[in-house]
Amino acid sequence: MATIEFLLNGTPKQCNVTPDTSILTLLRDLLGTTGTKEGCASGDCGACTVAINNSSDPQGGFLSVNACITPAHQLHGQHLVTVEGLATEGKLHPAQQAMIECHGSQCGFCTPGIVMSLFTLHTTQQQRSAPLTPARLEAALGGNLCRCTGYRPIRDAALSMQNIQWQPPQWFNATLTNCAPLATASLAIPESTASDAPLFAQPTTLVELTNMRSRYPNARLVAGATDLWLESTQRLTALNQLIDVSRVIEMGQIESASFQEQPGWWVGSGVTYSQLEPLFDSHFPAFAHLLHRLGSQQVRNRGTIGGNIANASPIGDTPPVLLALDAWLELASDTGVRQIPLSAFFIDYKKTDLANDEVISRIFIPQLSDTVSLRVWKLSKRREDDISAVLGAFCYRLENGVMRDVRIAFGGMAATPKRAYGTEAALEGISPSRASFQAAQQALADEFSPMSDVRGSQHYRQQVALNLLERLYLTLSVPNQEVMLHAYAH
Amino acid sequence: MRTLTKLDSDSSRARRELHDYIQGASPLARHTVDSNGQCHAGASSFHESAEKHVTGKAAYVDDIKTPTDALHVALGLSPVAHGVLTKLELDKVKKAPGVIDVITFHDVPGHTDIGPVFPGDPLFVDQEISYAGQCIFAVAATSLQAARRAVTLAKLHIDEQPASLDPVAAAERKEVVRPTHVQQRGDWQEVLRTAEQIIEGELFIGGQEHFYLEGQACIVLPTEDEGVMVYTSNQHPSETQKLVAEVLGIPFHAVTVEVRRMGGGFGGKETQASPWACIAALIARRTGRATRLRLPRSEDMRATGKRHPFHNRYQLAIDTKGVIQGGDITVIGDCGYSPDLSDAIVDRAMFHADNAYSLGSARVTGHRAKTHTASNTAFRGFGGPQGMMIIEAAMDDIARQIGEDPLTVRKRNFYRDGRDVTHYGQRVDQRQLLHTLVETLESDSDYWARRKAIIQYNANSPIIKKGLALTPVKFGISFTAKHLNQAGALLHVYTDGSIMINHGGTEMGQGLHTKVCQVVARELGLDLNSVRISATRTDKIPNTSPTAASSGADLNGMAARDAARKLRERLFDFAAKHFAQGLDREGMRLEGGMLIAGIGESEQRISWGELVQTAYLNRISLSEKGFYATPLIHYDRSIGQGRPFYYYAFGAAIAEVSVDTLSGEYQVDQVDILHDVGDSLNPAIDIGQVEGGFIQGMGWLTSEELRWNDNGVLISDGPATYKIPTFGDLPPIFNVALLEGHPNSMASLYRSKAVGEPPFMLGICVWSALRDALASLTNYQTSPHLDTPATPERVMLAANALREKAL
Repeated sequence: MATIEFLLNGTPKQCNVTPDTSILTLLRDLLGTTGTKEGCASGDCGACTVAINNSSDPQGGFLSVNACITPAHQLHGQHLVTVEGLATEGKLHPAQQAMIECHGSQCGFCTPGIVMSLFTLHTTQQQRSAPLTPARLEAALGGNLCRCTGYRPIRDAALSMQNIQWQPPQWFNATLTNCAPLATASLAIPESTASDAPLFAQPTTLVELTNMRSRYPNARLVAGATDLWLESTQRLTALNQLIDVSRVIEMGQIESASFQEQPGWWVGSGVTYSQLEPLFDSHFPAFAHLLHRLGSQQVRNRGTIGGNIANASPIGDTPPVLLALDAWLELASDTGVRQIPLSAFFIDYKKTDLANDEVISRIFIPQLSDTVSLRVWKLSKRREDDISAVLGAFCYRLENGVMRDVRIAFGGMAATPKRAYGTEAALEGISPSRASFQAAQQALADEFSPMSDVRGSQHYRQQVALNLLERLYLTLSVPNQEVMLHAYAH
Repeated sequence: MRTLTKLDSDSSRARRELHDYIQGASPLARHTVDSNGQCHAGASSFHESAEKHVTGKAAYVDDIKTPTDALHVALGLSPVAHGVLTKLELDKVKKAPGVIDVITFHDVPGHTDIGPVFPGDPLFVDQEISYAGQCIFAVAATSLQAARRAVTLAKLHIDEQPASLDPVAAAERKEVVRPTHVQQRGDWQEVLRTAEQIIEGELFIGGQEHFYLEGQACIVLPTEDEGVMVYTSNQHPSETQKLVAEVLGIPFHAVTVEVRRMGGGFGGKETQASPWACIAALIARRTGRATRLRLPRSEDMRATGKRHPFHNRYQLAIDTKGVIQGGDITVIGDCGYSPDLSDAIVDRAMFHADNAYSLGSARVTGHRAKTHTASNTAFRGFGGPQGMMIIEAAMDDIARQIGEDPLTVRKRNFYRDGRDVTHYGQRVDQRQLLHTLVETLESDSDYWARRKAIIQYNANSPIIKKGLALTPVKFGISFTAKHLNQAGALLHVYTDGSIMINHGGTEMGQGLHTKVCQVVARELGLDLNSVRISATRTDKIPNTSPTAASSGADLNGMAARDAARKLRERLFDFAAKHFAQGLDREGMRLEGGMLIAGIGESEQRISWGELVQTAYLNRISLSEKGFYATPLIHYDRSIGQGRPFYYYAFGAAIAEVSVDTLSGEYQVDQVDILHDVGDSLNPAIDIGQVEGGFIQGMGWLTSEELRWNDNGVLISDGPATYKIPTFGDLPPIFNVALLEGHPNSMASLYRSKAVGEPPFMLGICVWSALRDALASLTNYQTSPHLDTPATPERVMLAANALREKAL
């Protein structure tokens, strides 16, 4: 067991924890602080929301995260704030005061998590005040389920807390002094000990990472842990050896670059969804809109683009879009790097081209030229924080009324995220017409045979995918007609 | 009318105002309710635990500390829905690290069946397995993780048999958990035979997972005699006390059950909290160690029952105006594998198959189908919502058939003078109230102008369709099991004047303790801070009813009031005799922390503290118990007639929705609610119940979909796959108001009305509005078939079907 050092509500803590310990387990079982609740242990309800200081932006305040699926080791050197810490000297934080005054709690079990999400919203507002639009409130609170109130008083609390004066108490700006970063070696076991001994390695460079990867072939890679940790909490899998990629410098960067004569960006695979937001907001608004519906704020603060790809789930949200954008991957190992198109990465259900000693180091996302359109349509039972039943991504440009460079990809329609090559061919070089889209629909029906599961039946998936093509046709042919709801449009 | 988020109904202006509102320019809605100052009944006092909620200090069961040698329990659940357990190999489980005890059916010393009303719920599987998720064994270990890992080492030998999962087929085969019940009034067959028009339809109504945020949890400590102390998240402590005692084979007085608060109940902790307490109690007694048991979310969802799915049918005779003359309604509740509370739940579905409409001469039949799923159980509304759905479906269908607006048809069918007796023989009191309420809502929310605008919008929008619907609620208040309509309370005044009130109700977030404290404060003329409730305990109030049927405040508030009044009278008697100045007994009152006697110049005041201390020194008891039993109610099940409800609570809601008919996605644009709580005990809490109930009802009918695989295993077993409403599902415009000036016509607690369940059914308007939007695809000629939950999938498939029909 390794010793981690962190601040808990301003107070330095040192704890010995096993690799598979979550922050929630650390808080509730080891430290005996039970204000943070477990509602699902799968990162879907937000009852365990805590705040961690934003390491990528020291002035950026705190990020909300789900304590139930965040490895305790990743707290090392960080400041963890929980619901117990907010009230200082008997004075409530504005989030707490507003929740009381707006009657925002009923059973109270989700309340600590909601208070923490409000706290992170409040600190963001204190540092960079911006209008609290419905979209922002949704982003801040969409990951906190409440079964009692119906959310209206919580919305009121979010709006009214801004009007309550707050003087940051001392703990708010506390820093951890003399906390050396956990060097790879200090957390790694000596080479002489058994190969299955507990390990939580935190390499900081790509070279260290690929080196660890080859030394510990059975270790699992962890970044945001938003999916991996469910193996521990839900399937009771022992996560005894973990290599944390979240501190690898090269994997946390976004660089403007040219690749194969195309302008674009190399995005480190450890970049979180939240960190992607500025790039997507400016250059891929349709993708940015999708991000708002991917997981919750707590998940977006942790989950990474590389994790979403490597996971290879057929219903991951970013892969179909990246396929439609013709993204490339850089795979790194001890022996060097190679680059492959994303379309060659997914082989079969949860099976990829990634070798045992390889990691995804970066993703190249080509820039959209002015004439290119990107449409991303995600279908799920619930608009926020839900996994896709079907996700369609459509990329094309119109050249004198003719569709060119058509790339279409779907999630939820096959064992992997998949390009719709037949459909693309049916639309390539044609001018949009009822007949050409009917041909495309036929091609789509021919090339996919989705399955039925908890998120949708086979019949629905087939039908709705065809309807998305119909929506595309209407978008092109009657551009002024409303074909999407406001809540979903972008 | 008390208004919260009241915004102008003109949509463009409303949107602008909403924008301002969101930006914080206009005053916050909640501030229109006075949250400060008054603390007595009738005022919007904060939840008694609000500050503890927001600081994390409110303790739930799993937050309670136990000795370091406490045991943690994990359960071995059946992976199959139906079969026979032929052999159970637990050797590896017993030898697993940290394991202290492993128990099965054969280790139960007392009763092995813990059916709450009727037998049928084995604590552990003996041989027959009846659903996937049924408990087969339990493991106690030094940590929860060790216990859970040990469970996976068990080897189960099961002779798997085909599972019966279709309740309609089961009912036809007479596979039922309880006999069919029928209510009928008038010659319905003759009415159908001579009808001008007959309309019929059927509907599947999905179930619902409670999804209390705090899962099932309990802690059991062995006591120094043969008994146990049970801390549990539980709506029915007395029943758990009984069942734990019976399972252990000890007297009831050896078991004490305490509930401080639940992290949500909604009916899911009425009967379904007991098994875990029984299992933990067995282990605590066997090992002599504190025993903790909490269900991980997926196990909670697989092991416990849910709201009953229903398959309902109707055949109604109507006149040319669409007014129901009579007919025949059948409801089939999918009860799961055992009776649990299903008899009363299907009864309540039958009692509400009329909702707010006179059925004329009608027969209502209720079947209790048995399937190989978890035993479905109480859930806010208790069958009432499922019963109402069929008549609300019929209202829309009638409107399409006769070409009138659904609201017009609904109003024509409301109970009214001359049509005022239900199919079970109860006369509807306050029947004018619903007319008034609906007319107020209709005009305040501009129903007809919006209707016109929507028709126009839809005519020009081929893909996006808007829908509008108003649905009413009439919900009967009382337990239909008559004996449950009783409550007790225990009031202590300590010599510093502070007061402890205990009662039989449990706090699950609904604000019951706040309301009861307000009642006592009001009766004794004290500040709310002087009154406290510790926890609900079976050793303080015995033989209590579950906190259910919306009855918590009605019953326990009355019992608390009874105790407070008795104590007050005793103090008055004492004061009249004792104090030298000779206080006038008549007109004596308690106000603002003072005993006041006489009026005007002869008025005399004695502070509460002095009164209490003097009474104590003079050996006057400062403790009192209270009791209440609801009057008037009766129901003769042999003839299906009676007056099962003390009164009805009413309400109505309007939803406006937009539907994307290509993708099936939809959004709820605006909701307007007007709800009847009589004279409110606490408007802020009541509005919280109305809003929360509405959103929960909306979730039931829209995104919350329970899915089982073909083998009967629940596959929507966590929040990743089972989607309750989240923040973004809150309608951007959400106008909620309580009807004022209409006190309960019955002598209820300060003329208030129950509020827990009735608002849940307001959510039906969202489903009806979705159907309205879809109906526009056929120019309102066809009534779309739309089973629930109306997921985007169902909506899209319904739209596709309508388009094909229209071609």
